[in-house]
Amino acid sequence: MNNSVIVLVEHLRGNIVDITYEMLGVGKKIAQHLNVPLLALVIGKDVSKLTPNLGLADSVLLLDDEKLEITPPQLTAKLVENVYKQKQASILLLACTNITAGVGPILARRLDLPFINFCKTFRFENGDLFLTSQLYGGKILSEVKLIDNKGIVGIYPGSFPLDAGKSDRTAPVEELEVPDFVPEPSFKKYIEPELGDIDITKENILVSVGRGIQNKDNIEIAEELAEAIGGAVSASRPVVDQGWLPLTRQVGKSGMIVKPKLYLALGISGAPEHQEGMKNSETILAINTDPKAPIFNIAHYGVVGDLFEIVPILTEKLKQRKG
Amino acid sequence: MNLIVFLKMVPDTVEELKIASDGKTLDPDWLRMKANENDEHAVEEAVILKEKYGGTVTLVTLDAPEVDEAIYTALAKGCDKAVKILGDWQNFTSPAIAEVFAKYLKENNLIDSKTLILTGSQATDDIEGELVYYLGEYLELPVYGVVTYVQYNENKNNILIRKEFSGGLRGEFEVELPAVLGIQAAENPPRYVPIAKIRAMMKSANIEELEFTQDFASKGIEIEKLYEPEVAGKAVMLEGNPEEIATKIVEILTDKGLI
Ligand SMILES: Cc1cc2nc3c(=O)[nH]c(=O)nc-3n(C[C@H](O)[C@H](O)[C@H](O)COP(=O)(O)OP(=O)(O)OC[C@H]3O[C@@H](n4cnc5c(N)ncnc54)[C@H](O)[C@@H]3O)c2cc1C
Repeated sequence: MNNSVIVLVEHLRGNIVDITYEMLGVGKKIAQHLNVPLLALVIGKDVSKLTPNLGLADSVLLLDDEKLEITPPQLTAKLVENVYKQKQASILLLACTNITAGVGPILARRLDLPFINFCKTFRFENGDLFLTSQLYGGKILSEVKLIDNKGIVGIYPGSFPLDAGKSDRTAPVEELEVPDFVPEPSFKKYIEPELGDIDITKENILVSVGRGIQNKDNIEIAEELAEAIGGAVSASRPVVDQGWLPLTRQVGKSGMIVKPKLYLALGISGAPEHQEGMKNSETILAINTDPKAPIFNIAHYGVVGDLFEIVPILTEKLKQRKG
Repeated sequence: MNLIVFLKMVPDTVEELKIASDGKTLDPDWLRMKANENDEHAVEEAVILKEKYGGTVTLVTLDAPEVDEAIYTALAKGCDKAVKILGDWQNFTSPAIAEVFAKYLKENNLIDSKTLILTGSQATDDIEGELVYYLGEYLELPVYGVVTYVQYNENKNNILIRKEFSGGLRGEFEVELPAVLGIQAAENPPRYVPIAKIRAMMKSANIEELEFTQDFASKGIEIEKLYEPEVAGKAVMLEGNPEEIATKIVEILTDKGLI
């Protein structure tokens, strides 16, 4: 059966997450191509207020219950599985995010469908849907044909325009019955991010360091540059995981989304999870020894070189300039 | 606790990756393999849990180039036992690998009420989604990913875990054992072990090698083609010696009114 395309709406703490609009835009195009309706499925607690934002869908399916605030992937999958079967869907789009992580693989197993992760672009050719995913830290792209146009697709955030997913119209809402199998929640509480010394989302200039900085002592090189240039130091995940900088300085999927006027990426490869947090910076300048580092695909200025050779000289010049 | 960790080898993405002549796989001659980074965090978390609550850590891997070094390193960090499943596993994707691991655990009755299975939350080659969730499904156990903290409650025989969302926000969940966890980052960064200790392990430790029939395992979806993204499509590349480059950067920043 091929009777609908479903988008699993991503939301957190009462707000729709941007990726939802990306998915709706993609979903609309696919649904039009297959000539089937686009359905937006919302699962959560107090989520009926979100439905007016989902007007691009032909209809909105709502599973709203106390127990559904944050559902673990197996429960989400079970709820989606029911709807997928009920609506005789062919393609399900979900977000490649920490919130939804796991739902795709679990559903793929249960519905015996392919799951394509990290999807960045798509195209139709002779009626077949081809999906491109980014693999290996963004260094390689892969193309997969979705057999019979059936499957589950994980959309990578930041890959598609948001506007294409927005609409002024209001879609009809169908309230679904919450199945009996929903257990007491395993979710206990949120843990708020600790407040940092600085808020990197508010800085105009970020000097961001990656694993290429090698060790904690070398962070000083970035701090000196940040001081000379009038910015703050941020980092990629490995630098934070190693404990060289606090979590509040992390840019990316699990960290902060930043849009500074200038983002200096020093020794950062530019993995998709990092790009997610900084690709919309006004100016990106990357210094990396690897000419094929994916960061150069989104940088405005690039230097193939050793940060330890260039940064100290740059700092010196900026200091001199200031007088 | 009965801690079981799965570790797999992945191509080191800092190296150059070459696409093989079939256009669908990576050329193995060019690959430098390394332990999947999140899996190393899973090893660390398992060893931390053992140190806190007692028990044993069993490391399970698939045969792959360079895997022995990764195994000895994990043993030197505190894993008690290592198992290597023999075979040619190149180009097997997450669901198939999970099936192999699950079969190994089930056939050997390795899961008891105090079992916690840990592996990395993700790998860079997981085109079909993360292995950890497939593993949870094959084992019919609760599975949680993107985990950064685990606390064991012996009285209740359950764990309290923290999972990452975005912007530094995390969520806390309570999960019964046995369970499967995808570790994103261990409570502490993976410990450093001196080479001498790894060498000593190579001499003294024994890796249990296991034959495995592959006939049941599906190879997963078929990739039509692999290709490289257009590199430096729009970036203006600055060239010269460090002095010249630094001068150019200052010029650009000045022109743009950034400094
Ligand atoms: C669920 C999930 C969430 C994640 N969330 C985030 C997140 O929020 N933020 C994040 O950043 N990552 C995140 N990641 C991790 C991400 O996938 C990458 O592993 C990470 O971004 C890599 O960091 P890096 O670029 O510093 O390190 P690497 O990829 O190791 O790159 C280091 C770079 O430094 C270069 N280099 C080395 N020496 C020098 C030198 N002397 N001079 C110049 N360049 C040099 C190398 O060529 C290389 O390109 C997440 C991953 C997962 C699975």
